[in-house]
Amino acid sequence: MKSKQSILIVDDEKIVRESLYHWFIEEGYNVDTAEDAEAALKIIEKGKYELMLVDMKMPGMSGLELLDKVKEIDKDTIFILITAFASVPTAIKALKNGAYDYITKPIDPDELAHIVEKAIHQKELRQENEQLKDNINEIIKPDNLIGESRQMLKIFDLINTVAQTDTTVMIRGESGTGKELVAKAIHINSKRKYFPIVTVNCGALAESLLESELFGHEKGAFTGAHYKRKGKFEMADGGTIFLDEIGTVSPKMQIELLRVIESKQFMRVGGNENIKSDFRVIAATNEPLENLLKEGKFREDLYYRLNVFTIFIPPLRERRDDIPILAYYFMNKFNAAMNRNIKNISNEAMDFLVNYSWPGNVRELENAIERALVVGRGDSIKIEDLPFHVTPNNRLDDEGDKSLESVEKRHIMNVLELNNWNISKSAEALQIDRVTLYNKINKYGFRKS
Amino acid sequence: MKFFIAPIEFSNVSVLNSITKDISVIFKDNVSLISLPLNTAAAYSRDRGQYFSTQLIADAMKLTPAYDGKVLMLVEFDLFVPVFTYVFGEAQLNGKHSIVSLCRLHEEFYSGKTNDKLLHERSLKEILHELGHNMGLIHCRNWNCVMHSSQGVEEIDIKGNFYCPECSGILSNNGYKDTFVKLTPDNDSLSKIIDSDHIT
Repeated sequence: MKSKQSILIVDDEKIVRESLYHWFIEEGYNVDTAEDAEAALKIIEKGKYELMLVDMKMPGMSGLELLDKVKEIDKDTIFILITAFASVPTAIKALKNGAYDYITKPIDPDELAHIVEKAIHQKELRQENEQLKDNINEIIKPDNLIGESRQMLKIFDLINTVAQTDTTVMIRGESGTGKELVAKAIHINSKRKYFPIVTVNCGALAESLLESELFGHEKGAFTGAHYKRKGKFEMADGGTIFLDEIGTVSPKMQIELLRVIESKQFMRVGGNENIKSDFRVIAATNEPLENLLKEGKFREDLYYRLNVFTIFIPPLRERRDDIPILAYYFMNKFNAAMNRNIKNISNEAMDFLVNYSWPGNVRELENAIERALVVGRGDSIKIEDLPFHVTPNNRLDDEGDKSLESVEKRHIMNVLELNNWNISKSAEALQIDRVTLYNKINKYGFRKS
Repeated sequence: MKFFIAPIEFSNVSVLNSITKDISVIFKDNVSLISLPLNTAAAYSRDRGQYFSTQLIADAMKLTPAYDGKVLMLVEFDLFVPVFTYVFGEAQLNGKHSIVSLCRLHEEFYSGKTNDKLLHERSLKEILHELGHNMGLIHCRNWNCVMHSSQGVEEIDIKGNFYCPECSGILSNNGYKDTFVKLTPDNDSLSKIIDSDHIT
């Protein structure tokens, strides 16, 4: 049986109202009638109607005037006008004002049935479409970006504020704090959400590759360019481009980036056509850009161009309140993924997690919980289930230098030695890319013994 | 439950007899032909050359208080209600009276070719459809159901020729359980009338 949609018939002729009333009742609709526009407006105040079938010419307020009033009350109401042939031009005007369609008297029942059915079907599709879009937002909401600490609540607030604008955003924070998740959160809460967010890891690509990656290339532009290829800036048209590890970009590319960000125009490598793209820029770095400025490794103009609105993500050790909630979140996530049924985290293990320094931040915590679920037995996570590098030696209450740099240095060295200086494996364990690991090795002056 | 068929200004006796016969099978011989002294002139529209079906039903109501059951008028002229160009028929939902016109069920109306079999099928479907409204059914989405709405003759031809299981269930709930025959494969007389798809 047909689902009960509500229809309001507005016509000053009783016989028309009654005929249409009976016809729609037989069709399975909920039907109400009104003898004029004023009566219709009173009825609308009491209930919602999917569709209104309204006579164009009525004493007092016309169908056209009623259309304007109804659209102010509920713009989604389907409005169909009944008109005589003589008033067809007026009906066409009504279409321009938001009426769905018009139908001429006497009505062909076949035509009326199809118009009404099509209108309601379209409305249902539109509502379904909106519902699906909402669901998609739910699905792509960065799920790891959770926390109830004061710092994270402030970040959520900043995300909401900046998402409503097209401002360039700089996200700063240590590796593993969730910079990309913040970028995604800004994107999906912005008006650009139905367009892509394109991520470029600037640190992972050599300069020549980065240029081609960002701007695309024409066929034959260089050896190996067998096909024309769109660049990331072009792909991000309408959406957002996320430039991760912006601090690693070479001086030459910095000039190019500045020009493109300002003009929103560029040429593909090997091309001579100016391509326009409407993108929003979000950049991220875990390096102190101010130091690079002083050293002359980062252009001041690009720095100020990118640094319009900055979001600092605190390291996990500075928001320890969030560790239990994150730990349980990851536990539930991996329970579902691995079909496990771990119910809780032992007090000892939780105490350890809360006090650990987490140099790899949330990413490291996620990794630790995942491993605990892989190796753990029983229905709770115990301290011995935690990964090898989470040892009492890494506890903050241990002896020794407690500075972040020192902890990071010790941690990276441990991981490198445990992996026999295999850079790929160590980078994987640390959940950072190989370039970042090389940078850290150089920074701390590590040498393979 | 009794069903009274009232032919009004009806000339095609063979069609009337064949339809009445089939309707009798479906409604367990509780079908009678009656004569109604209906003055159709009052319902005639000179402008449209059609008869106002609601008016005809209103007039018939005055003539039929003695008939305890459903009264269906069968006519050969074209019907209308003022807002529509035409109607195949009209019925009082959950009421006593209905009317069916054979005018637009004739194949001659569309192609100029006579097809008595098609006329019979279409008439039977429209009668069951309007009586369905009288027994409280609204339009059904199931194309195999005779209660599917049919705004054109093509849709009458496409839809089924009996009440679908869901509509049959509603009829039973509405107190018409024993009114029509049960559809079973061994009911030979019925299977000649009803589409075999409906026989379970």
